[in-house]
Amino acid sequence: MSTATITATCPECDATVNFDRAPLNGEIARCTDCAAELEVINTDPITLELAPEVEEDWGE
Amino acid sequence: MRIAMTYTRLRVEERMLIDAFEDLGADVTPIDLRTVVFNPTSLGDWAQYDAVFDRSLSLTNTLTSIRVLESLGVRCINPLGAIETCADKLATTLALIRAGVPTPEVRVAVDSESGIDAIEQLGYPCVLKPTVGSWGRLVSRINDRDAAESILEHREVLGSVNHSVVYAQEHINKPDRDIRVFVVGGNAIAAIERRSEHWLTNTARGAVAAGMEVTPELADLSVRAVASVGADIAAVDLLECPRRGLLVNEINHSMEFRNSTTTTGVEIHRVVAQHTLDIAQAHASQAASDGDIHPVQRACDASIDGERAGSSGAPEREGTLA
Repeated sequence: MSTATITATCPECDATVNFDRAPLNGEIARCTDCAAELEVINTDPITLELAPEVEEDWGE
Repeated sequence: MRIAMTYTRLRVEERMLIDAFEDLGADVTPIDLRTVVFNPTSLGDWAQYDAVFDRSLSLTNTLTSIRVLESLGVRCINPLGAIETCADKLATTLALIRAGVPTPEVRVAVDSESGIDAIEQLGYPCVLKPTVGSWGRLVSRINDRDAAESILEHREVLGSVNHSVVYAQEHINKPDRDIRVFVVGGNAIAAIERRSEHWLTNTARGAVAAGMEVTPELADLSVRAVASVGADIAAVDLLECPRRGLLVNEINHSMEFRNSTTTTGVEIHRVVAQHTLDIAQAHASQAASDGDIHPVQRACDASIDGERAGSSGAPEREGTLA
């Protein structure tokens, strides 16, 4: 499959978000139009939602 | 080797690690922890993996999953004890002190009034940190008593119960940088400096990273620090004290490194993946020579019927339940 065709729609601004390869669930992406941080919540079809805000126990 | 890589958000680091495992010929399965039901009495589908490599962004999810899996005899990277120690700044401090690794002075109290005393034993300025937290969140430099009283009152009123612990650390008048050393399998493989004009030098707070030489002193301190917490893989943050030299500040059990491969020239993800595979191989060999089953699993299998024993476990593939 051509990687150039992997796209999804930004839930914030409706722009097209491109992936250079098939994403996995939970993958983080950024919309190049509105800069929203997005999370892949479904891979077939690729569905995005706004990534959650940082929580208190997140980190390294 | 079959490796399960558990996660909650798949960032650049996790993608780099998946690629590295695959390049090394390993069968790696990314598992979203949010999709899993754990049965503490049965390995279930987790038995197919030679090791579990934790990359959860959430400490709570990490601890929950690793507690169950390690109890069932799964080799987890990092081990539970290492994660518990690294995740708690007080536990880290205690481990470093026990191991004789130089670290900033700390005072601890469990009440706001004694918290003021703790701060004033160190003197102003000093640094207040939540014992659990990352990326420099809620880390405060306290310059005087007014600030100390204000911060402690805010934490008492607005914070969670964990914020009732006052962990006060001496302020190190470091140059405009701290140092991070990546330690994998007892070797210091790379180092970066994180430079900022702000007193906080976390890259999450805007500090700029650049590669630097791993000096013998940096390597020695970092390797000893990681050994003190029992981690297989960790990143050690060090401060340069004008009076006492290098001090180990914190140890990170699930390090970020996306910008450190190009700045250091070291393929950190690849070294991490190779070491994980080495651990998995050793664990599998040991299990084979021991005749296999972990005592907990053996006891569990004996006490529950077969149907129930096989009823849950890890997903076969990412995003699905077995």
